[in-house]
Amino acid sequence: MERKVAVVGVGQSAFSRSCGISIRELCFEAFKEAMDGLNLSPKEIDASIVCSAPEYDKQRTPSGLIAEYLGLTPKPTFLVETICASSTTGVGVAFSFIKAGIKDVVAVIGFQKMSELTSAEAQERMGRGGDIMWESPFGIMMPAQYAMYARAHMKQYGTTEEQLAKVREKNSKYGALNPKAVFRKEVTVEDVLKSRVIASPLKLLDCCANADGASCIILASEEKAKKITDTPVWLVGWGSASDTMTLANRTLLTGLTCAIEAAKDAYKMAGVEPKDIDVAEVHDCFTIAEIMAYENLGFCKPGEGGKLIEEGQTYVGGKIPVNADGGLLSKGHPIGATGGSQVRTIVHQLRGEAHKIHPSIQVQGAETGLVHNVGGVGLYANVLIFRR
Amino acid sequence: MPKGMERFGKVTYTSEAKVSDFVKYLEEGKVMATRCKKCGRLYFPPRADCPECFSEEYEWVPLSGKCKLITYTVAHFAPTGFESDVPYVLAVAECEEGVKVFTRVSKDISVDELKPGMELKLAPIKVNEDKYSFELQKP
Repeated sequence: MERKVAVVGVGQSAFSRSCGISIRELCFEAFKEAMDGLNLSPKEIDASIVCSAPEYDKQRTPSGLIAEYLGLTPKPTFLVETICASSTTGVGVAFSFIKAGIKDVVAVIGFQKMSELTSAEAQERMGRGGDIMWESPFGIMMPAQYAMYARAHMKQYGTTEEQLAKVREKNSKYGALNPKAVFRKEVTVEDVLKSRVIASPLKLLDCCANADGASCIILASEEKAKKITDTPVWLVGWGSASDTMTLANRTLLTGLTCAIEAAKDAYKMAGVEPKDIDVAEVHDCFTIAEIMAYENLGFCKPGEGGKLIEEGQTYVGGKIPVNADGGLLSKGHPIGATGGSQVRTIVHQLRGEAHKIHPSIQVQGAETGLVHNVGGVGLYANVLIFRR
Repeated sequence: MPKGMERFGKVTYTSEAKVSDFVKYLEEGKVMATRCKKCGRLYFPPRADCPECFSEEYEWVPLSGKCKLITYTVAHFAPTGFESDVPYVLAVAECEEGVKVFTRVSKDISVDELKPGMELKLAPIKVNEDKYSFELQKP
């Protein structure tokens, strides 16, 4: 019989613009929260997977250092990277280890301390996020790439800048309630539209910000999970896909093909459909990314994402609540930690413990939750489905 | 031998590639794609190795330059080395041969004139004394 896999512990540090502590200490904060209340000691963790985008790290090969500081040696540890989707890739590897019976308990630790780079260093790395041979020579950067998706979406479906701004308005409402978010101020559609243009049609408030932060997800086999916690949440679907790095080689520019593919696989594995999802966390690195996520995950038809936010259907109490923790737009985006933070929120929602973030964000009676985590500009995507 | 890519564009991180003749062709005023001699597939950006049939036999094929704008953005913020170019227009266009290109739109075209679907011309340009690139211009 196939082994079931549970999430037993979730944690994250506060996300901040500049954390003022070292990466090992940042990871410890997330690990400590994830271990809180569990019948589990660090020595009983069979492996650790550390997730980070190494171009932002000063420490070479950080997994060894993090495992040491968390007391996880001599068990195996290694680094996993798919940029912004790194920690849900790590969760996928942990899931496979446990499902295959190779390991019973695996910790996935994601982190990024983006304030370790000077702004000049960050600016230089920004130019290498696309294909360095065929795209970097033109001055490519992530906001510009997502902006081209936004323009194509507007042309194809009539999506408006106001609809994009409504995503930020919603997420800022929830971000204001999340004590671990970077941005805790509500902003209006007007604030977004008036903010300065970064890459048209995207403006400053359409974009998420770099941050420092860590997350930790602990997974276990069914047998172990039941001894570790009374509230396991089951990981029942994991889908993952990629797309060409070179934008010109992509077939679709109004949605993310990798997210569509990853979702298809995750729904199939879980045996559920989009209408069965009660609550979701999606990768809103830019407002357009959340609108495309609604469509690519099947929460609405292609082209109807703008309408879905306009009707308020993705607020708590709506048809499908999305990013009730404020999303990347409010929490900030510490690359390697982001996916783990999304998983943490969904696990809290399914346990009925969203009050640990804020009581008003609890989706009542939520049984099935989804995480959509994208690396780069639709380069990698992971979709995870959880059941309580 | 395959050096030469360092002469492509204003800022580049690549110098060696099997397809570095691409820049030599730009210098001669041609934007070239590659075609796999075995299966006939056309590639842009050019590539020396065909993943369809594993052939390394390829030929250079000129693109007519006739293309249509798919999407664009006006960048008001730039990575290192491009600061003085701001604002500049980045775009994806589809060539009549079926391949797509990612590049800049010429400063000679006003931003107000840009509309997805409009006809444009893909053309080689000289960036400075020894650097070459290509951009989208008025047909």
